[in-house]
Amino acid sequence: MSQSTVLDNKKAPAPAPEDRKIIPVIRSVPKTRETAESMAAKQKDISVSEFFAKNRHLLGFDNPRKALLTSVKEAVDNSLDACEEAGIIANLTIVIEDLQPDRPPTAKQSRYRVTVIDNGPGIVRRQVENVFGRLLFGSKFHRLKMSRGQQGIGISAAGMYGLITTGRPMVIHTRPSSKKPAHLIELAMNTKTNRAEVTVDQETEDFPPQRFKTLNSGTRDTDFLNPDHYITGTSVSIELEGRYQKGRASVDEFLELVAIANPHARITFVPPTRVAADDQEDLPLINAIPADATELAASATALPATATNGVDPTLTTIERNGIILFPRGTDQLHPETKEIQPHPKGIELGILIQMLRDFEAANRGGGTLYNFLQEKFCRISPAKASEFCHAIHAHSRTKGSDLEPDQVEQLFKEFQEARLPAPPTDCLAPIGVRQLLAGMLKGVKAEFYAASSREPDVYRGRPFQIEAAIAFGGELPAHDTARVIRFANRVPLLFQQSACSSFKAVAETGWRNYNLSQPRGSLPVGPLVIMIHMASVWVPFTSESKEAIADYDEIRKEMKLALMECGRKLGTYLRKRQKMQRESARRDVFERYIGEIAKAINAINGTDTQKLYDTLLAEARKRTAIADAQLDEDGKTIKNDQPDELKTDEGVVLVESRASHLLDTQSTEGTTPSTTPPPDTNGNGNGNSDHVKLPAPPQKPKKKSDNTDTLF
Amino acid sequence: MAKKPNTNSTLSKRIKSRDKETLGKIVNLADNVSKSASKGADIAIAIPTRSRSNTVWNKKRGILEMGTAIASRELFNLSQAKQFMQTILHGNSIRELIEAEKTLSLRGMFYKALHTIAGTKGEKTFAGQDESDTILEDLEVSLCSLREELHIYAKKRGTMIGNITIVDSGDEIDCRHMGSGGYAIPSITEPNVIQFKKCEAKFVLHVEKDTVWGRFNEDRFWQKHNCILTEGSGQPPRGVRRLLRRLNEELGLPIYCLLDCDPWGHYIYSVIKQGSIALAFESERLAIPDAKFIGVRARDYADCGLSDDVQIALSDTDLKRAREIAAYPWFKDHRGWQKEIAQMQKNGFKMEVESLITKDISYVTEEYVPERLKKKDWLD
Repeated sequence: MSQSTVLDNKKAPAPAPEDRKIIPVIRSVPKTRETAESMAAKQKDISVSEFFAKNRHLLGFDNPRKALLTSVKEAVDNSLDACEEAGIIANLTIVIEDLQPDRPPTAKQSRYRVTVIDNGPGIVRRQVENVFGRLLFGSKFHRLKMSRGQQGIGISAAGMYGLITTGRPMVIHTRPSSKKPAHLIELAMNTKTNRAEVTVDQETEDFPPQRFKTLNSGTRDTDFLNPDHYITGTSVSIELEGRYQKGRASVDEFLELVAIANPHARITFVPPTRVAADDQEDLPLINAIPADATELAASATALPATATNGVDPTLTTIERNGIILFPRGTDQLHPETKEIQPHPKGIELGILIQMLRDFEAANRGGGTLYNFLQEKFCRISPAKASEFCHAIHAHSRTKGSDLEPDQVEQLFKEFQEARLPAPPTDCLAPIGVRQLLAGMLKGVKAEFYAASSREPDVYRGRPFQIEAAIAFGGELPAHDTARVIRFANRVPLLFQQSACSSFKAVAETGWRNYNLSQPRGSLPVGPLVIMIHMASVWVPFTSESKEAIADYDEIRKEMKLALMECGRKLGTYLRKRQKMQRESARRDVFERYIGEIAKAINAINGTDTQKLYDTLLAEARKRTAIADAQLDEDGKTIKNDQPDELKTDEGVVLVESRASHLLDTQSTEGTTPSTTPPPDTNGNGNGNSDHVKLPAPPQKPKKKSDNTDTLF
Repeated sequence: MAKKPNTNSTLSKRIKSRDKETLGKIVNLADNVSKSASKGADIAIAIPTRSRSNTVWNKKRGILEMGTAIASRELFNLSQAKQFMQTILHGNSIRELIEAEKTLSLRGMFYKALHTIAGTKGEKTFAGQDESDTILEDLEVSLCSLREELHIYAKKRGTMIGNITIVDSGDEIDCRHMGSGGYAIPSITEPNVIQFKKCEAKFVLHVEKDTVWGRFNEDRFWQKHNCILTEGSGQPPRGVRRLLRRLNEELGLPIYCLLDCDPWGHYIYSVIKQGSIALAFESERLAIPDAKFIGVRARDYADCGLSDDVQIALSDTDLKRAREIAAYPWFKDHRGWQKEIAQMQKNGFKMEVESLITKDISYVTEEYVPERLKKKDWLD
């Protein structure tokens, strides 16, 4: 589709409210009925911008709250895509300024200025108007390549929404070259013409915009918008009517999820000073630690814990002095995704005809069918191309323009019946097991993490790949329904959960097999976060606002397989944890009775009570050593005969410091008569029993660094 | 039960030596524990299994005997740890009793060992008397000692009246003058407690319940027929069984049983005759292989012309139980019993002894039993 798109239907496809009002009036006055001629005079092109301006819900601007979120989302998606394509490890700063801080507390909405600043490659001056000022203008629509944006609607629609609700233009700073000054452009979109009107256009050295440094104490920090981190880049500001709230489907949640799916990105968020007056839900996913200076210093000096799979569990979201920082989880940028040609099985007849026409036009009517098949599709070998030509009674040198419509249709049928290899899958860049774990560790405070990355598969001729990760236990609410977080090409999906294929996949997976409770046909219940990511060159969304993944059987099947793989690991872990608890309970039982036995035996035959007690206790500990081995601070110092599959699994991370407090729920205090200290049977038996018996470690810097060491 | 050292000096000597032996067994048990502990070996007590599978039918002697299966009760076994502790605790209590020359009831033993385990939040050594009773039975078989040798007795149950004079703990008791209540049979009826002095009775009639027993006593049945009349309140306890056995063995009195016509009645007869599964280890001194079953018989419904009202329908459980009893090895090859049980199943109902009262209040004492005895009409 291009700018001049004319919708086939000559009638306005979107009945605007005004039109609907007029109709009954016309009916009541039959004399003034329209003639074909008078109607023809009214029939005209509808600009795409105009269409969407009237149907903004299609793009995710249904209400002020969602509008604010969608604006942030579109800008962030664009920034991350741009950084990725340019091979830059992303630094993002998102600022939401409240422009009506004095509004009455009852106000349902307010005016905000949303600014997203990235360190991407910037935009050359001549393209600024097109990128920000036109709908359906973009680099991503025509190609088959994995990227966040697809249609080229997002950011311009956000600008358009701002313009409609506040009348204020978008303000863009962009610096494509570190050696040249940045451009400052203000532009407003003309919805009639689908063109941008530039009101300010000047060069400036103010990039990243220093204005934001003065917002609050956090932003005055030198690290905030440090120009060294933003050598090139773009900053977009949009003023809009919106509503800032915390909780589910909020900007905060969105950014957390972005941070999980993009562990390479360093994201700074400056929320508005005031939150909408309504009751605010707690965000169950994470509770950002309010960190004071000393603690930060402590965690900075603590030795970084290194897990065998290179995941650092110390990185978590930090909230301080009015800014929220999602730190970078990894310095590795995933490999750049490749663009692929469509697969014959994935196209439709109309598209095939259009492709043939485009091919002719490109070759000035000189392209042959054989070349067309070879160049415009993937997975058609020369032999296969000849076979197709032959099958539709054409010659390999037959020109595209000479094909009869019947033949094209026959070709389409041949495509469907042919045996062809699946499309190449190197066009996909999955997040990867390690990165998934890094992302989850960063955002979810659990004790057990497992991730799984499926092999690529194909739906409708389009390659896709499913990844799943789960986090269990720790600080997650124990009796809630599991939380499903969904991503498509690393973009969080926040709405229409139940319409999404991934939701159905989670509900259809038998979580009871993995020791979790699950009401029939719904999500499992427990301290569980389930993450599903679909990577594809074309994600089948159910609507333009990109909120849910369409329910293709192939996709759902892959999702279930990925979930099952994670579930199996969780099941193994839970069974082991139960065993640990049993062993620990077992030792309790023995220790409880040993004292009584020693006393009675002493009374009968005069054996020394203390000596017998000690002997029996040592024996009890020896026999329940499994409990010790698992709970020991050092992880594997105590004999651990059976090789631990979870420990060697790259797709699993355990944070035992968070797990240990669960074991405490069954109290073990006072199991030992106070007269006899527990014998130190294994060198660090004391430390070990402390670890079991103490309540969850307090948030002291020292203890914290100790515990993170228990990661393996 | 305090001992009266003066009554019989040889007896008291025997008791002393018996106590010494029991004490030795308990010390041995404790020694095994401490030895195993110091060696690092499994700490366990061997306890012969008291279950159906470990009972053997000795056809020659006509009694049930305990088999050879032995279960090991281990300290380091989650499901046995507490029982292990309880066993040791009771072992110690018995030692104390023996040393103090005193006896305690089963309930007394429960209280003796009952306390909160040190270092727990109110966990008691025993959750109830049932737990304690089981452990004491375990100790009996494990130590190969009788309950009285462990200085423990049970609640007394069962009544006796009739032409006999006995000596109970030194007191002479004339069972001919026991009024309407009768002589309460104690839990321990061993020769050291009860001696037979003078007996004219020619047989013993044992009835199932005290209601029937009361009927017989009021009608002076034991006087008219020169016998001893006993009851065991359902399944007779060890004291009653031991007394019946001694009457049978030492005085040569035949034992006739008048029990209900239902699987439970049949089972009581079986217990009196060959011993019970739970106490198979005691059969040797409890079982009375020539005890006889004189009624109520299944055919009596027709023979005596009883009314429909006495029928009590056999439940599914009853029928199942009847099949089980019919399959007992000692009933299996007994044509009379097979016929009897089949007849009851065919009838489809059971009858209590009291059903005979519908004929006449004293029908059972004046006609039914005397007639059976005269005709020698019984099962054995």
